[in-house]
Amino acid sequence: MDNKVLIEAKAICLALDGKQILDHVDFRLHKGEIVTLIGPNGAGKSTLVRVILGLIKHDSGDVRLAPKLRIGYMPQRLTIDPVLPLTVRRFLTLAQRCSNTELIEALTEVGAEQLLDSAMQTLSGGESQRVLLARAILRKPDLLILDEPVQGVDITGQEELYRLISTIRKRHGCGILMISHDLHLVMSATDQVLCLNRHVCCSGHPDKVRIDPNYVALFGQTPVLMPYSHQHDHSHNAHGDIIAEHKGCQHG
Amino acid sequence: MDDFLLRALLAGIGVALVAGPLGAFVVWRKMAYFGDTLAHAALLGVALGFLLGINTNLGVVVVCILLALLLVAMQQKQRLANDTLLGILSHSTLSLGLIALAFMETLRIDLMSYLFGDILAVSNIDLYWIIGCAVLSLTVLIIIWRPLLAITVHEELAYVEGVPVTWVKLALMLLIAIVIAVAMKVVGILLITSLLIIPAATARSFARNPEQMAIFAAVIGCIAVSSGLFASLEWDLPAGPAIVVSAAILFFSAPWWLKLKRVCTD
Repeated sequence: MDNKVLIEAKAICLALDGKQILDHVDFRLHKGEIVTLIGPNGAGKSTLVRVILGLIKHDSGDVRLAPKLRIGYMPQRLTIDPVLPLTVRRFLTLAQRCSNTELIEALTEVGAEQLLDSAMQTLSGGESQRVLLARAILRKPDLLILDEPVQGVDITGQEELYRLISTIRKRHGCGILMISHDLHLVMSATDQVLCLNRHVCCSGHPDKVRIDPNYVALFGQTPVLMPYSHQHDHSHNAHGDIIAEHKGCQHG
Repeated sequence: MDDFLLRALLAGIGVALVAGPLGAFVVWRKMAYFGDTLAHAALLGVALGFLLGINTNLGVVVVCILLALLLVAMQQKQRLANDTLLGILSHSTLSLGLIALAFMETLRIDLMSYLFGDILAVSNIDLYWIIGCAVLSLTVLIIIWRPLLAITVHEELAYVEGVPVTWVKLALMLLIAIVIAVAMKVVGILLITSLLIIPAATARSFARNPEQMAIFAAVIGCIAVSSGLFASLEWDLPAGPAIVVSAAILFFSAPWWLKLKRVCTD
C-alpha cells in the first residue's frame, strides 16, 4: 500500500435551510484504504459523500481529489420505474461501452453472473446492490464510494457483501469510502472509522473508536465482539430501515 | 392522392417519427405535465411571433425555452410541489396567450386551429419546417441518447460517471420545445402531449429494451396519424382529435394485440 492521498477534505462546512449539516469536517483517504463513515441518521454522512462527489457545493472548506481520479460510485438505492424496459446488461453499459467478456467478468466478481439478462425491476435488494457494485467496478476505479452498500440486504447477505468489498479492494488496489449504519459488521471490514455527527466525533482504527468515549456517548457501550458477530443496538421500522436512537452526543 | 392530403400525411408522419422517441423520455422521466405546460405556453409564443413579426415557430420555441428555464429557477426557490408549479405556469401562460392574441385586433387568426390543430391546411412551407425540425431533432436525440438514458436511470450516478447532466437536460427541453412548435400544426396546443405520451405508453407493452420502445412509439405514432387522417376524411371528423382518438384506441387495444401474438407464437 503506497501512501498516495486520494481524498483530502479540510474544514468542510455546509448548512442547508439554516441547519448546520457539516461542521468543520476533516478527513483523508489513502490509496488501498477502506474508510467507513458511521453516525446516526441526519449526521451528514450522505451529505459529506455528496460534497466529495461534487453533487452539492459546500459553504466553506476545501476538498481535494487526486488528479485524474476515477471514481466508481454506488448510490444508496436504485429504483427503476417499470415503464423503462431495462436489462442488467443494458444498465451496465449505460456509462460506457464494454465487451461481453468484461460484463461477465464484472458480474462474476460480484457473484451475479446469472443476472446478465434479467430485467432490472425483478432484482431483489441484494442482487440490485451487487449489480450496482459491478457497474462501479466496470469503470476500473481508483476510488470506490459506496453509500450504504448493504442496505436492504439480510444479515448473511450483509456479511458476504462486506467480504466482497474487502476482496475488491485487494484485487483492484482501490481506495474505498463507504457509509454504514451497522457498526459491528463493518468493523472487521474497515481500516479507518470516521464517526460523524455533523462534526467528526472520533476517528481511527475500529478497535480504538469502539472504546472512544465520544463513540460510546453516541452509540452506547459496545461489548467486545468477535468479528462478524452481530448485536442489535437499534430497532428497525417496517421497511427494515434503522430507527435512530440518539443517545445524546454531548457535542451535537 | 390530393396534394393537401399528401402534405397532411407527411406532416403528421414527420411529427410522429420524432414525437414517439422523445415521448418515451417524457414517459420515463414523468414529464407529461411538463410537456403540457410548455404546449399551453405555445400560444404566447404565437402571439409573440405576430407581435415581433418573426416566424411563429421561432416564437413558440423561444417562449417554451424561457418557460422551461423559469420553471427550473422556480423549482429551486419555491417550496411548492412540482405539479402545483406546473399547473400555475400552464394556465397562466395559456391565459396570457389568449389575452395577447385578443389585443391584436387587426389580426384575424383562427384560434381553433391553434388549439386543436389544422393538419389539412398544412402548407408547403409548414411541411419544410416540420421535416427540417424532425430531422434535426432526431439527429440530436440520437447523439444524446446514451447520456440521456443514463441520467434518466440515475442522475447522480450519471453525473459522477462524467455525463454533463445540465447540458443534456437542456438539450431535452429544447427538443421538446421544437416538437411542440411543429406539432401544433398537426394536433394543436391542447392535444400535443397526447402525441408524445400515448404512442410511447402503447409501445411499452411490446418493448424489451429502451431503443425498441422508442422505435415502436414512432411506428405507433405513424399508424395513429394515418388512421386518424383516414377517419377524418371518411367520416368528416376533425383531424387532430381523430388522430388522438386513433392513438388512444391503439393504446387500449394493446393487451389484445399481445394476446393475439402469444396465441400465434404458441
